[in-house]
Amino acid sequence: MSRLPAGQRHMVQFALNGKPCGGEAEPRMLLTDFLRHQVGATGTHVGCEHGVCGACTVEIDGKLARACLALAVQVEGCAVRTVEGLAPASGRLSILQAAFKRNHALQCGFCTAGILMSLDHFLRETPQPSEQEVRDLLTGHLCRCTGYTPIVRAAMEAAAEMAGDKSREKSDA
Amino acid sequence: MKPAAFDYVRAEHLDEVLAGLAREGGDARIIAGGQSLMPMLNMRLAKPKTLIDIMRLPELGRIERKSGNVTVGAGVRQATLLAWPDLREALALVALALPWTGHVQTRSRGTVCGSIAHADPSAELPLVLCALGGEVHLRSAKRRRRVSAKDFFAGMMATNRADDELIEAVSFPADQSRCAFREVARRHGDFAIVACAAVATKNGVRLAVGGVADMPATREFPRLESSALDDALNAFAYELGARDDVHASARYRRDLVRLIGADLIREVLA
Repeated sequence: MSRLPAGQRHMVQFALNGKPCGGEAEPRMLLTDFLRHQVGATGTHVGCEHGVCGACTVEIDGKLARACLALAVQVEGCAVRTVEGLAPASGRLSILQAAFKRNHALQCGFCTAGILMSLDHFLRETPQPSEQEVRDLLTGHLCRCTGYTPIVRAAMEAAAEMAGDKSREKSDA
Repeated sequence: MKPAAFDYVRAEHLDEVLAGLAREGGDARIIAGGQSLMPMLNMRLAKPKTLIDIMRLPELGRIERKSGNVTVGAGVRQATLLAWPDLREALALVALALPWTGHVQTRSRGTVCGSIAHADPSAELPLVLCALGGEVHLRSAKRRRRVSAKDFFAGMMATNRADDELIEAVSFPADQSRCAFREVARRHGDFAIVACAAVATKNGVRLAVGGVADMPATREFPRLESSALDDALNAFAYELGARDDVHASARYRRDLVRLIGADLIREVLA
């Protein structure tokens, strides 16, 4: 058993996007704040802080999670994946990210990091989704700009592209 | 929106959890998936002195089917139960209701027992536990006991769990009876305005309603002619003591109980 006393900082170590990562956290520190303020990984956004809006969605040990509903000390030894881990290389976008750009699936971008994490996870598990399945997944996110339609279109286009469909017009995204 | 300070205990043995609860009682809270408790901590509606994390205890992570019951351990996540291959056949009502519990992104963390411990009056899992007549398995350092669902829930977010007790598991009777579930919410996955579950019984239908009273309410309806059924449902809808709130009026809630209740009863008896 390990007991981490309140008011003191404790070392937390885990893998962030495949690389070792560590820092100090009080027991009450949320994973969102740890990622943003201790690690400096500000791609994960903080919206409602009670699990409703979905902006802070990340993967913990391969499962989707609201980073605002996890404590930093709970991910000790876990593998955490955030939006910073999606692009295949610096200056390049993943298929899903490129589809978002082409389809104007983001406007202000606040909700985007969380939605990308959910869709990235979902498309790996469900390579040929129906539009209804994508919309069902998106009920776990709030977007106040797009009306969701371009997000659904981007997700469907990314799924088709990952399945080998090359029919779409070439663009600069 | 940050939790107040607490000690965090990462338990590695069940004894440590029970000893912690025996020592600290109501000052300690168990954290499992955190999908109900973390919002309460963030909003400082709960300010425990100690948080005991039970998610690293493998013995709590089991789903067991034995002598007509399915027992779900305290560490079993909602997504894990939803993916359990026997679910549809053994627990058809849970299979119908569980996709309405939160979202994919919260079911992946939230536990079955955690939702029952939280006892939100509009939550699906307490409702289903009541509709099926399930049991809550409680354990303290001194004793173990089982409490039926109808005796476990005590009011809005209140249960008859003692401060030194851990919800070790919940069990649902594996039920092959016909059943039905329906929910009305603002957005799929949001808290239910009204949720109803119906299970066929020997003499008729057991109807359970969530989201209206301050805990799930269950009523047996014998086979009735349609006008008599309408009257019985209307009386039930009024007895639930619906209140107006920002999401829906009391009258709308009663309407939903009457409409959904009649639909489900017909569906189950058809």
